[in-house]
Amino acid sequence: MHLRTVLCTASALAFVAAAANAQTTITIATVNNGDMIRMQGLTDDFTSKHPDIAVEWVTLEENVLRQRVTQDIATGGGQFDVMTIGMYETPIWAKNGWLVPLDDLGEDYDAEDILPAMRAGLSHDGTLYAAPFYGESSMVMYRTDLMEAAGLEMPEAPTWEFIGEAARAMTDKDNEIYGICLRGKAGWGENMAFITTVANSFGARWFDEDWKPQLDTPAWKEAVTFYNDLLADAGPPGASTNGFNENLALFQQGKCGMWIDATVAASFVTNPNDSTVADKVGFALAPDTGKGKRANWLWAWALAVPAGSDATDEAKAFIEWATSKDYLALVAENEGWANVPPGSRTSLYENPEYQKVPFAAMTLQSINAADPSNPTVDPVPYVGIQYVAIPEWAGIGTSAGQEFSAMVAGQQSVDEALEKAQSLVAEEMEAAGY
Amino acid sequence: MARAVTQKRKMINTALAWTIGLLIFFPILWTILTSFKTEATAIADPPVFLFFDWTLENYSVVQERSNYMQFLWNSIIIAGGSTILGVIIAVPAAWSMAFVPSRRTKDILLWMLSTKMLPAVGVLYPIYLLFIELGLLDTRVGLTVVLMLINLPIIVWMLYTYFREIPGEILEAARMDGAGLREEILYVLTPMAVPGIASTLLLNFILAWNEAFWTLNLTAAKAAPLTAFIASYSSPEGLFYAKLSAASTMAIAPILILGWFSQKQLVRGLTFGAVK
Repeated sequence: MHLRTVLCTASALAFVAAAANAQTTITIATVNNGDMIRMQGLTDDFTSKHPDIAVEWVTLEENVLRQRVTQDIATGGGQFDVMTIGMYETPIWAKNGWLVPLDDLGEDYDAEDILPAMRAGLSHDGTLYAAPFYGESSMVMYRTDLMEAAGLEMPEAPTWEFIGEAARAMTDKDNEIYGICLRGKAGWGENMAFITTVANSFGARWFDEDWKPQLDTPAWKEAVTFYNDLLADAGPPGASTNGFNENLALFQQGKCGMWIDATVAASFVTNPNDSTVADKVGFALAPDTGKGKRANWLWAWALAVPAGSDATDEAKAFIEWATSKDYLALVAENEGWANVPPGSRTSLYENPEYQKVPFAAMTLQSINAADPSNPTVDPVPYVGIQYVAIPEWAGIGTSAGQEFSAMVAGQQSVDEALEKAQSLVAEEMEAAGY
Repeated sequence: MARAVTQKRKMINTALAWTIGLLIFFPILWTILTSFKTEATAIADPPVFLFFDWTLENYSVVQERSNYMQFLWNSIIIAGGSTILGVIIAVPAAWSMAFVPSRRTKDILLWMLSTKMLPAVGVLYPIYLLFIELGLLDTRVGLTVVLMLINLPIIVWMLYTYFREIPGEILEAARMDGAGLREEILYVLTPMAVPGIASTLLLNFILAWNEAFWTLNLTAAKAAPLTAFIASYSSPEGLFYAKLSAASTMAIAPILILGWFSQKQLVRGLTFGAVK
C-alpha cells in the first residue's frame, strides 16, 4: 500500500514536471518607455490566455538594444524571440532576411485596421514585418496662457513664420521663459530627426534621384539658418545638448512656450502628476512654409520576430496579443484611455471614449499627414521622413548631427556646418558605392 | 615651531583630502538623494538638495517591476567566481615570474598588460560567435570566464609586485627545511602575501562588479547582473530619473558597503608592500 502511494506520487510528479517542461519560454527585448512598462505589467493577461508560454523580459537602453539586437540577428545568436524595433530598421532588416513575415497573424487580428502610414512604414515589398506597438508623429505643443499673453492665437496648422514670431514674442529670458524648445543633441534619432523634418518643409532633401547629397543647396541653408536663429533668439541655454527627455523636463517645468516633438509627449505634458503646466497645453500640426510638406515625422515602436528564433509561433502569439484591439481595451480598463498606446490602429481613433482624450485628434491628423514614401517636395530615391532608410544612415546622420549640434553651441557657422556635413555625407556615400 | 607648521600642514591636508573625497563622492550622493525624490522633484529647477518630501515610492516600484535578487545573485556569482578563479591561476603564474624569472619574464608581463590596451569592442564579435558555438551566451559560466580573463593581467601584475617584495631567502629557507613547491606556495608564500592577495581580491571583485560592456553584451534574461538591471531603467522617451537613481543605488549599495568595511585592507594592500 505504502509503495503504491509512493509510486503514484512519483508518477504524478513526473507528469507535472513533463507538463512544466512543455512550456515554451519566449524572451522579449524592449526599451524602458512608459507604454512598454505597462505592457510588462499586463503580461499575466497573456500568460493566462496562453498557459503553455512563459515570458521573459530583457529591458535595455535604446542604443544598446539596437546594437544587441543587430549583433544577435547578424550572428544568429537566437537570444531573443520578440524584439522592439523602429520604423528605420524594419525595411532594412526585412530586406536582409532577418525578420519573420507577420502576414499570417490570426483572423481576429484585423491587420487592415492598422493605420495605413504605419503599415506602409513597417512593410517590405508589401509584407508586414513588424507590428506597431505604438506610433507617433511630431506636432507643436504650446502653452495656451503664454500664447494669450503674447496676444497671439495659434492656428491649427501654423507656418514656420508664425512659429518664429510667436517664439520670439513669448520669450522672457529674465524669467527663464523660452519661446521654443527644440532638439539640439547630436544623433540620427535626436537632432537629425528634427532638422530633417524642418528641411523637408523648406523644400530641401538629403539626396537627389542619383543619390547625390544636397546639403549644399539654398533650401538646406534656409532651413538650417532658420532653426539656428530661432534657437539662438528664443531657445533655452545649452540647447545643443537637449534631446527629448531634456526638453520634456523643461516644458514640464513651465520654461518652454512651445515644443515641437513626438506626439507621445502629449500624454506626459498633460499629466498633472508630473507636469506643472498640465492644464495649459494646446496642440497644433507641425509647421510648414506653404511648399506642400509639413515638418512632422513618423515613427513606430514595433514588435518583430528575428529569423533565428526557435519559438516563432509563440512569439507571433505574443505580438498578436500586444498589438491587438483587445490589448488597447485592456489598457483602457486598467489605466484609463489617456494611457492607451497611441498611433497604431484606426479603430482606436473611432472610439468615442478615446476621442475625448485632448491630444487624440491632433495625433491622428499628424500621423495621417506623414507619408514616408513621399517625404519631400522634390522627388527622392529613398523612403523615410526624418531618416533615410538605408543602412548607412545611422552613421551619416549621427556625424552630420554632431556638426549641427556644434553649430547650435556656437562653435561654427551655418555655412561651416553645412559644408562639413555635405562633404562627410558625400564621402560616406561614395565609400558605400552609391 | 616646527611642530606648529606640521600641525597646520596636517589641517590643510585633511581639509584638502575631505574636499577631494566629497567631490568624488558627490555624484553618488546625488544619485542616492534623487532616488528618494518624486519624478517631478528629480527634475526640479533649481535642484533641491535635502529639503523635499522624501519618498520610498521609487524603491517599491523598482522592487515590483524587477527581480532584484536574481540580478544581485548573478552579480555576486560572476564577480566572485571570476575573481577567485583569476587568483587561483595568477598565484602560480606570479610566483614563477617573481622567484624564477627567465630572460623573457618582463616581456611576458608587458605582453599580458598590452591585452588591456585593446578596446574591448574589437574582440566582441569573435567572442560572441565563440559563445554561440559553445552555448555560453547568457550563462554565468561564460561571463565568469570572460571577466576572469579580462582581469587576469591586473591580478598577475598586482600579485607579482607583492611577491617581489618577499625576500627569496625566506623561500630558500623553507626549501632547506624540506618544503616542496606546493608547501612553499601554500604555507610560506601565501600567508605572507595575505594583505596583497586580499587587496587584489577586493579590487578585482569591484572591477568585475562594475564591468558593463561584456555583461551587457553577452547576457539576456538569465545571467544578467546588476549592470543590466541599471541599464533597464534608462528611457529614451520618458523621465524616470528617480527610478533610475533608485535602481542605481540598489546596484551599488552592496559593493559600497563592502568597500566601506574593507577600506583599511584595500588601502594597506595598495600602498604598502607585502612584508612591510
